[in-house]
Amino acid sequence: MKILIRSMGFVKKYWRQLAFSGICLLITTLASLVIPRVLGQGVDTALSSGQKSALYIAGGLILGSSLIRGLSAYGNRYLNQVISQEVSYDIRNAIYSHLQKLSFAYHDQAQTGQLMSRATADIEAVRMWVGDGILTLFQTALQIIGISIILLTVNWRLAVLCLAFMPAIAWIAISTSNRLRPVWLHVQQLIASLGTTLQESMAGVRVVKAFSRQKEEGLKFGADAKRLYTEQISAAKVQAFNQALMSMLLGLPTVIVLWYGGQQVIAGTLTIGGVTQFVLYLGILAMPIRRLGMIANMISRSISAGERIFEILDTESPVKEKPDARDVGKLTGEITFENVSFSYNSSAPAIDDISFRAKPGQLIALVGGSGSGKSTLINLVSRFYDVTKGRITVDGIDIRDIKLASLRKNIGTAQQDVFLFSATIRDNIAYGIPDASLEQIKEAAKAAQIDRFIQSLPEGYNTWVGERGHTLSGGEKQRVAIARTLLINPAILILDDSTSAVDAETEHLIRLALDKLIQGRTTFVITHRLPIIKKADLILMLKDGRIEEIGTHDELMAKAGLYRQTYLSQLASTQEAMTGREV
Amino acid sequence: MAFGGFGGGGFGGGGGFGGGGGGPMGRLRSSLDAGDGQDVLGKIYDMKVLRRLPQYLAWVKGHIFLAATGTAMRTAANIAMPVLIGLIIDNYIKTGNASGLTTGVLIYFGAVMLMWGGQYLESLQLSYAAQGILLKMRNQMFEHLHKLSMSFFDSNKVGKIMSRVQNDVEQLQTLLTQDILHLTADIITMAVIVIVMFSMNAMLALITLSVAPILVLVMVVWQGYARRTFIRVRQAIAEVNDNLQESISGVRVTQSLSRENVNMGKFDNVNKAHLNANVDAARAQAFMMPTVQILTDTSYVLVLIFGGFQVLNGTMGPGVVIAFLLLIQRFFDPVREVTMLYTDLQRAMASAARIFELIDVEPEIKDAPNAIELPPIKGEVKLANVSFGYLPGQEVLHEVDLTVNPGETVAIAGRTGAGKSSLTSLVARFYEVRDGEVLVDGYNVKSVTQDSLRSQIGVVPQDPYLFSGTVGDNIRYGKLDATQDEIVEAARAAGVHDLILRMSHGYDTQVGERGGNLSAGQRQLICLARAILANPPIMILDEATSNVDTNTERIMQDSLKRLSRGRTVLIIAHRLSTVTHADRIIILEKGKIIESGNHQQLMAKQGIYYEMFETLSAVEV
Ligand SMILES: Nc1ncnc2c1ncn2[C@@H]1O[C@H](COP(=O)(O)OP(=O)(O)OP(=O)(O)O)[C@@H](O)[C@H]1O
Ligand SMILES: Nc1ncnc2c1ncn2[C@@H]1O[C@H](COP(=O)(O)OP(=O)(O)OP(=O)(O)O)[C@@H](O)[C@H]1O
Ligand SMILES: [Mg+2]
Ligand SMILES: [Mg+2]
Repeated sequence: MKILIRSMGFVKKYWRQLAFSGICLLITTLASLVIPRVLGQGVDTALSSGQKSALYIAGGLILGSSLIRGLSAYGNRYLNQVISQEVSYDIRNAIYSHLQKLSFAYHDQAQTGQLMSRATADIEAVRMWVGDGILTLFQTALQIIGISIILLTVNWRLAVLCLAFMPAIAWIAISTSNRLRPVWLHVQQLIASLGTTLQESMAGVRVVKAFSRQKEEGLKFGADAKRLYTEQISAAKVQAFNQALMSMLLGLPTVIVLWYGGQQVIAGTLTIGGVTQFVLYLGILAMPIRRLGMIANMISRSISAGERIFEILDTESPVKEKPDARDVGKLTGEITFENVSFSYNSSAPAIDDISFRAKPGQLIALVGGSGSGKSTLINLVSRFYDVTKGRITVDGIDIRDIKLASLRKNIGTAQQDVFLFSATIRDNIAYGIPDASLEQIKEAAKAAQIDRFIQSLPEGYNTWVGERGHTLSGGEKQRVAIARTLLINPAILILDDSTSAVDAETEHLIRLALDKLIQGRTTFVITHRLPIIKKADLILMLKDGRIEEIGTHDELMAKAGLYRQTYLSQLASTQEAMTGREV
Repeated sequence: MAFGGFGGGGFGGGGGFGGGGGGPMGRLRSSLDAGDGQDVLGKIYDMKVLRRLPQYLAWVKGHIFLAATGTAMRTAANIAMPVLIGLIIDNYIKTGNASGLTTGVLIYFGAVMLMWGGQYLESLQLSYAAQGILLKMRNQMFEHLHKLSMSFFDSNKVGKIMSRVQNDVEQLQTLLTQDILHLTADIITMAVIVIVMFSMNAMLALITLSVAPILVLVMVVWQGYARRTFIRVRQAIAEVNDNLQESISGVRVTQSLSRENVNMGKFDNVNKAHLNANVDAARAQAFMMPTVQILTDTSYVLVLIFGGFQVLNGTMGPGVVIAFLLLIQRFFDPVREVTMLYTDLQRAMASAARIFELIDVEPEIKDAPNAIELPPIKGEVKLANVSFGYLPGQEVLHEVDLTVNPGETVAIAGRTGAGKSSLTSLVARFYEVRDGEVLVDGYNVKSVTQDSLRSQIGVVPQDPYLFSGTVGDNIRYGKLDATQDEIVEAARAAGVHDLILRMSHGYDTQVGERGGNLSAGQRQLICLARAILANPPIMILDEATSNVDTNTERIMQDSLKRLSRGRTVLIIAHRLSTVTHADRIIILEKGKIIESGNHQQLMAKQGIYYEMFETLSAVEV
């Protein structure tokens, strides 16, 4: 219920249109109640008075009310559509902008398919409710009451006999929809899971093929589909039975009207016109009664949909901007970590009590084993996650006091997982500065050593890359991502294993270009190839989220710790290789 | 009803996900073209499409037959009811024949029962038919999709494929079951009502139905307009979904480049376009019902006045008037429905066309008709004069000759984009060579079944893909009946066992979408473990450890040395120092093998390989 009321909040903005639409609906309903009455009376007139003029009057009345009804119905339908579409536009924008703001922690958990279905099917359900449901409910009540009153005035005995069925029918309608609700919910889940199976199986098709698992995937999909089938059928059985039963019950009052009403006409206590009115009104009454079930369904559907939508909208990003957050402009790039700890979930911390300081323009290297927390650490600098303990400052300001956009404009990160958009190479590189000139883009591409490759393509910078950059080789993707990062010309540059798929020579060239570029920038480099970071001003050796060793290359070499050992073994393997001795 | 099925207002209600991809030229040319754009509504008689439909109906013909029986019962009852009411009023009520009244009412009651049975039968059997078709078609499409080769997936977005299997199938199913049946029932109903009206009172029937042509005219004009607005709506929603989907997938990039506002603006644009399209459509939609109502009411008035005259003249009973009034409603309903169905039919036709297009995509790589099962192999791989390119006009590999002996470990090195990954893809026959041939143990890969070939090759692809599920499940993918011990063994060999134990739930740790909650190195190692578990005679490692630290890599290499005994291994690596032990190293440059030999030989040769090492040590010293 709370959800329903909350979802009304979306229409608040449009209350004027809604009210107007309500008035239109009222007129429509009243007019539609008049018509059968006039028809019935017309029949009687024709029979009894024998005056032709009465027929003309009745005809005129019907046409008049029909026109009024037509106009108001148009207004009502049109406004409903407009309001509901406005509402879905608002919700969709709200969800979009919220999703864009939610931090990585949220997106780590979320499944794209799930989010998509919220932004489509669930919005649709809420839209139906606010656009149609509310007013329909109103109209249904109006029709049922109105028709009941009219019938009672025409002939109360007959009316009571006929109306006695209605509660039973209404009850069937509502209880059916109650019974079906969990079934639909289950169906919905099965659909989602079928979708996920399909999606994963398509996205991972290379792996499926590599292991020849087509058959197993097919079986899994088939089993999912079969379960969906079974559930749909069991819903259909309930539905078919009850719908038919309902129509049958709705047909019974007419039987009574004919039989009992007929006798009354014979006895002279009812006119044929009265019978006509009954038959026509009962026909009209069938609609709202049937709708009761639909409305019950719509309500429960929009409640669950609303829940899911609000779940997104209510999720507070763990990374929040303070109201008095500052704009810092261009930073010099001094960074300090003060006793920083962080954990993804309640389990073991991924970063544990780390302190260090990077002066402006320094080159900081992060090294350590897989899962030691390197990527995690640099994600903290851009505030993709918030520290659990301690603090991080840039230029002496706690990063939590800075506007997110202002902070991130100063930090360029080439993430370890390269994500390219299905767009042209040019658009991908210019992602951070959409209005960058081709010159600037080329400049960045040159530094990333990808310009020559791009030029060699028939369509050059306008070449379209496939979904996630599928049509590029591993190293090409990485270099496009580097170019994208360099383009924004950040004060702090972060390269997270960004050349892992690049050959040594190209890497060397990139590094030479970077040497020039990183002048005056604080640069973080994560890599597994120790020799290339020898010149770093500070090397952090991480292990299980802690700093195992810290210092310059020379200091660490003097220490005879993990760094020295790793370094020497790497060097040895190269040198042995160089001198030609077998390892 | 609300949750009819996959589409049920679901993902973009039909036009689907892919949609917007009209722009891509060149490299990403979608092989699926049948309009996610213009042809949202198809031709209504596309014979090519129509001819293929009966085959699907054949699957469920029993149900369809029963449903049709139900429809016939329902329709008959529906028409009989007003006629009966008219007869009862005129013959019994008006004449005061009480016993006749009872008989008449009993007959009417029979009609109500017939309606009940018919409706039940129809809706239940239709559901059986509809769901049966859905089930079979989806399975058929899924199976077909997995037969398609990699090049298909290079050029078609997953979202677009999804929308065909989900929404389009739903549309087509509706066409095959509900639409066709309802259309038939509607047309029969209209015809019978016309006949009944004329037999009751030809004059009055003529007058009443004079409104019908106007209605048809209005509907036809309306259709033309409405259709355009509906097309726009569907295109707009496809674009909205496309944008949304990619924005969600790429949200990390967006945030790190602070592009939220730009994106929001772009999204607002497509969202607004969708809104506007809908408002236009609303105008069209809102127009329909009231118009039909007014015309129906006009008919009522005509019956009332002209029928009334006749009743007054005594040439006709009032029951006929009432019967006419009730028949009018029953006549205009199907008229309206048929015109609405018209749009549905067009839409379904377009869906059918898209489905058939997908089903008709010939897998570029198919098992030859006389393909044999590749017997257990020793592991010889031979590329003879192989040329290859992904796109016409592009050649990635040029006349490559390479023989890898059974049990040999061959490293492939070379600049990025040289064609290393492409070369290994050819061995597993992910793509078809353009020229020359690939032989495994002397069998041309084209002459054996893909299954038997790939089940003997283990590939660790360059970008590691994990399924959602547990870490253990992901490793088990390599061998579905593996015991826990075997899984642990494989993880040990890959050097990832300790890392897994340190995760929150060990082997039962849930992996997020694409493995997002694991570090890059962990992901690579799990993929490696998966391949090791499969224990194939040929193993292909494409930069399998590029994100892994050297200590872990060493563990993995030691086990690999063990593993490589009696196994053919192809390794791609940029860190040359990790491949010096290989039996042979080949250097690929711009799609050609330019050097080949073992480490010592290549160093002695002082060629490219030597230079590459030079570069390495130049950086290091
Ligand atoms: N999004 C996440 N949610 C939960 N746990 C995570 C997430 N990302 C990483 N982890 C865990 O945190 C630890 C540190 O991961 P991180 O990605 O920082 O490692 P890394 O040092 O970058 O490793 P690599 O060299 O393999 O990239 C790992 O154990 C990993 O499983
Ligand atoms: N699916 C594809 N469609 C079109 N072109 C492709 C596709 N995959 C790769 N290419 C192109 O083919 C060439 C060779 O790519 P390949 O992936 O074989 O290189 P690679 O040697 O593995 O490079 P890297 O070391 O960077 O992974 C590249 O120029 C690349 O852009
Ligand atoms: Mg990492
Ligand atoms: Mg590659």
